[in-house]
Amino acid sequence: MRAFTYSRAAAVAHACQQTRDGARLIAGGTNLLDLMKLEIEVPEVVIDINRLDLANIAQSGAGLRIGSLVTNSACAAHPRVRGHYPVLSRAILAGATFQLRNKATTGGNLCQRTRCYYFYNRDQACNKRDPGSGCSALEGANRIHAILGASEDCIATYPGDMAVALAALNADVEVTAPDGSVRSIPVREFHRLPGDTPDRDNVLEPGDVITAVTLPAPVGGTQIYRKVRDRASYAFALVSIACVLKMDEGRIASAALAFGGLAHKPWHDSDMDELLTGKAPSDTLFEAVADLLLDGACSYGQNDFKIGMTRRVLKAVLREATGMQA
Amino acid sequence: MTRSYIMDEPDERNRLDAMAQGVIGRPLDRPEGPLKTSGTATYAAEYRMNGRIEGVLVTATIAKGEVTVLDESSVRDFPGVIAVISDDRMTARAAQGGAGKSPVRKVREVRYYGQPIALVVAETFEQARHAAKALRIEYREDAAALVDAQDDAIAFEQFEEPIIQGDLDKALNEAAHTVDVTYTTEGHNSAAMEPHASIADWDGKILTLHSSLQMLRFNRKELADALGIDPEQVRLVSPYVGGGFGSKLGISPEGVAAAVAAIRLKRPVRVVMLRQQVFQCVMRRSETRQRVRLAADAQGRLNGFGHEAWVTNLPGEEFAEPVLQASEFLYAGENRVLDLQLGRIHRVTAGSVRAPGEAVGMQVLEAAMDELAEAIGIDPVELRLRNIPEKHPSEGTPYSSRKLEECLRRGAERFGWDASPRKPCLRREDEWWVGTGMATATRVHNLNEAYARVTLRSDGTAEVASDMTDIGTGTYAILGQIAGEMLGLDPAVVTVRLGDTRFPPGSGSGGSWGACSTGSAVLEACEGVRAALAAKLGCEEAALKLKDGHAFSGADKVALSDLLGGVDVVQLGHFKPGKITEAFSAAMYGAFFAEVGVNAYSGEVRLRRFTGAFSLGRVLNAKTATSQCMGGMVWGIGSALTEGLTFDPRDGHIVNPDFAEYHIPVNLDVPHLDVLLVEERDPAGSPLQAKGVGELGICGAAGAIANAVYNASGVRVRSFPITPDKVLVGLPEI
Amino acid sequence: MPLTINGTDHDFIGDPRTTLLDYLRDECGLTGTKKGCDHGQCGACTVLVNGQRINSCLTLAVMHEDDQVTTIEGLGTASNLHPLQAAFVRHDGYQCGYCTPGQICSAKAMIDEAANGWPSFVTADLFEPVKLTTDEIRERMSGNLCRCGAYSNIVDAVTEILETKR
Ligand SMILES: Cc1cc2nc3c(=O)[nH]c(=O)nc-3n(C[C@H](O)[C@H](O)[C@H](O)COP(=O)(O)OP(=O)(O)OC[C@H]3O[C@@H](n4cnc5c(N)ncnc54)[C@H](O)[C@@H]3O)c2cc1C
Ligand code: SF4
Ligand code: FES
Ligand code: FES
Repeated sequence: MRAFTYSRAAAVAHACQQTRDGARLIAGGTNLLDLMKLEIEVPEVVIDINRLDLANIAQSGAGLRIGSLVTNSACAAHPRVRGHYPVLSRAILAGATFQLRNKATTGGNLCQRTRCYYFYNRDQACNKRDPGSGCSALEGANRIHAILGASEDCIATYPGDMAVALAALNADVEVTAPDGSVRSIPVREFHRLPGDTPDRDNVLEPGDVITAVTLPAPVGGTQIYRKVRDRASYAFALVSIACVLKMDEGRIASAALAFGGLAHKPWHDSDMDELLTGKAPSDTLFEAVADLLLDGACSYGQNDFKIGMTRRVLKAVLREATGMQA
Repeated sequence: MTRSYIMDEPDERNRLDAMAQGVIGRPLDRPEGPLKTSGTATYAAEYRMNGRIEGVLVTATIAKGEVTVLDESSVRDFPGVIAVISDDRMTARAAQGGAGKSPVRKVREVRYYGQPIALVVAETFEQARHAAKALRIEYREDAAALVDAQDDAIAFEQFEEPIIQGDLDKALNEAAHTVDVTYTTEGHNSAAMEPHASIADWDGKILTLHSSLQMLRFNRKELADALGIDPEQVRLVSPYVGGGFGSKLGISPEGVAAAVAAIRLKRPVRVVMLRQQVFQCVMRRSETRQRVRLAADAQGRLNGFGHEAWVTNLPGEEFAEPVLQASEFLYAGENRVLDLQLGRIHRVTAGSVRAPGEAVGMQVLEAAMDELAEAIGIDPVELRLRNIPEKHPSEGTPYSSRKLEECLRRGAERFGWDASPRKPCLRREDEWWVGTGMATATRVHNLNEAYARVTLRSDGTAEVASDMTDIGTGTYAILGQIAGEMLGLDPAVVTVRLGDTRFPPGSGSGGSWGACSTGSAVLEACEGVRAALAAKLGCEEAALKLKDGHAFSGADKVALSDLLGGVDVVQLGHFKPGKITEAFSAAMYGAFFAEVGVNAYSGEVRLRRFTGAFSLGRVLNAKTATSQCMGGMVWGIGSALTEGLTFDPRDGHIVNPDFAEYHIPVNLDVPHLDVLLVEERDPAGSPLQAKGVGELGICGAAGAIANAVYNASGVRVRSFPITPDKVLVGLPEI
Repeated sequence: MPLTINGTDHDFIGDPRTTLLDYLRDECGLTGTKKGCDHGQCGACTVLVNGQRINSCLTLAVMHEDDQVTTIEGLGTASNLHPLQAAFVRHDGYQCGYCTPGQICSAKAMIDEAANGWPSFVTADLFEPVKLTTDEIRERMSGNLCRCGAYSNIVDAVTEILETKR
């Protein structure tokens, strides 16, 4: 770890100014410190935001406002989240471990960086870590890499679970800028595709601090989070699917799907949701939805399997959500 | 005076059963349990020493070439930095188990990605780690290095004389049923939870190394050789070792580097490998490609048996994963081909990882046997039973005690094995295909020379001392029990002291030989103590009964403390395996039975039930022996389902050198493990009539799981580990 | 900077890079907390901070002003074991012992989390009070790797403690 100056943010405004000037925020620290030890992140100033008053979950209109310092554990266990947004609880609980979730925060989780093997090895070429150096994964070990929306500069995935559920729920990220202004970014637009600037994971600008995530009014319905991984627990997703779906008299009244492990961001495509809406559930319909998702998929050898896996697991999720037999 | 026992013949005396204390075999708690569970057992990196400084290894980032610039000035002015050391005494690899001499030094000649090339020493760990990252290094890179095990350019060579008997091709042509299949397994890492760690301290004459090592009597010579000093000048201390599994058999680079730095800087130096370094520069189990050819008659009797394997190692290493070790003796078949081929590539050293050979050889053989059972249409248990040979199929030697049949039958009974005709995809529970599979377990029995000292103190307590280690295997417990049994003492009053080269040289822990070898040295020492007591009592040793701290002879009973009259009895015991190792084919046996669920959509496999029946000779402590078997079975789960090193195809570096991406099983991967120990005495195994325990639980385990995956889902995955992506492609449409 | 470790006041001064784990091990001499990976991937460094289990390798000591830290040494001693520690000994819930302090701290916190109704990945109904079935224990203890493979015995040890509590 490179030496740095440590200080504590006294107020959100202070944190904003500091990050605008190049400091890094530390919340739970479970991602930042991991990367700092490997010197993949080398901040000169680290601002501890843990003592800011951002650890509350409160009603906000018909929805819920989750402070950015609410830990993953607290969020997943919160009665309102469990009751009205079970897909969020499920997604959080599918990630990492109790120990990590006790530290990991809502804001930090959104900003966690990719687990691409080459990103994690400072001595390998990686455009995300070192723009212009090349992408080692393209022709290297890429079993865990993206099949949607990748670019020739980067094929990494966003590894998190929570944000996939948030994308299905169509939550917003509340961001405070150094000038004190507060804006709201839909989670679905928060993470970026890599394009030719894969070093940028999301749309935050220097000086932005996430202050909360807001959930819209509860939609009810069946909520499922399904994660496929290489061992039973404590592993990142190969593929994950968040599904929020409502039936009405044998038809799908509304649906929202989001996918993890497939792209540089939680993948959401409103065309898929629309295709489902108003239809009677059937395997043919589910195949059509899968086609919509996967027709443009592009794989790189070791991750070819993700296409078939996604198709199958999507079918499982939709059958379960619509009450069809397994 | 030393009492020596050289084992040339089976030891039928069965001394332990003749004793009176009745503690041998009992499931006693480990004596060191309170220390380990309270966090007060001290591991290598945890010794406090005044003035201790920290070293961090710097490792190569190319596969092959030479370090041309190692620019000390690039970090010299960093806060806290004391030295950059890249010394000819430092080692570039870990020593192979039992080497007894320094591994390759020449740290500036790079032979694999991750090879240690320098040590940066600083006042604190953070300072050293940062400087190690910042150190400027330049290389002259050798572009032609082979790094990819799949590369056609690798010239494989026979590692040892192959076994060729009869005419396998003919047998295959004429057989009623045949199997000819090729399987692959990925590389593995021992991944002990305690990373390799050493603290070196040099007083001008003696180098003391607190280190995490398995075989001190060899490690001492290895370190001395590397440093160019006399082994007598080296003291190694390893009373607690946080797991080894082969990776700590030989001295490893951090220990040598710490020693070099301590000698040069005249301060205690600690070097702990970063977890990534444990993966990158200690030992891997080679990936394997294995072809199994089986020819059987209509009744399922094997008359042709072929097992060929291709493995890799670094140029210059004399180790090849002994994949065929069990295939040599396990099953019948007069027409045989056993051939092990070694290819040279520039990847981290391949060496011993728990149960070298059988761990991967047996899982493949047993999967192939399942394919044969299916081809013949007989119960896979029955197929095994029909192929238990009378004598060693190539050497003609007799088997020592072998309870394979009992293990198969009793294991099947315990598990509730259904012997009726088998077909895949018969049982479905919600999303899960459910099925069962079985496999034989076997592992060769090894012995090693050992010394141990037993002191019967005048107060009636005793001490056992040896430089033997306890790597989690239960050495503290069983040596206390052996001495307790022989001397008629409650093991609670027997202190066992291990892991210090100031004690007599034990066998070290490896190859499952520790308990039998060092245990036999303890037994021999106790015989000496008994003889001394008999002399004091004025009776024949045979008439001496020792129990609960008392000596009995005829009607006489005397407390040991009275008998000893204030004088300790000290006896050194020596055990050495002699001709016995050639006279018999000695091995441990067992059987695995597994039930798995295979997700019909995702291809994920979850183990639901797992039974193992094992015969290991005499059980010295039923609790620790059971735990060893369980541990092995967990490794089997990893080998079957989750573990595999992934190497970059261009520079051969391990891309998953940590616990996030190298997936060892977690708690949720492991169901209740049902272990059945089948009673056995093996006079050819050791004077204890015991055999090795630590590795058997893996040997074949993954085969049982693979066979269950097939039975559940109809997918025969011939490349381990069986990750969801591989299962998926063969699953029925949904 | 004040913090409390096992009921004793400490004052951290030093390099802000120091993780809580290294501080405990190297400066406080509390080496019961183990370093297995230094990257949040193994759980050997599990300690309780204000009653919650965390990986002490992925947090800085300076971030813990006024916090109450409990390590394995704060649960029981070799001569006066905490019931969980004693159950680990009885059930042989360890082999090499290196993951063990982390396992025990984790188990301690797990019992409290379940009592507070925190669900887990395997909890079928997010609203029912949590019952620590073997599968719940397995999932909740999955943040603590054990390469020796003592899992089955660890589950038995924890189960015994839960049953004596009931
Ligand atoms: C071994 C391991 C396994 C894991 N497995 C999973 C898994 O399966 N699924 C999963 O989803 N996650 C997993 N994680 C990742 C874990 O969830 C994240 O590390 C965690 O959520 C990050 O949160 P944090 O508060 O600790 O972030 P920090 O490490 O504190 O910060 C991460 C980043 O976010 C920035 N940041 C933090 N807060 C804010 C804010 N308020 N505004 C703006 N920027 C901010 C920081 O500057 C930093 O760049 C795993 C982690 C580890 C170590
Ligand atoms: S995929 Fe992205 S993160 Fe990975 S090496 Fe390529 S550029 Fe780097
Ligand atoms: S050392 Fe902290 S999780 Fe491994
Ligand atoms: S007891 Fe050795 S790692 Fe768990």
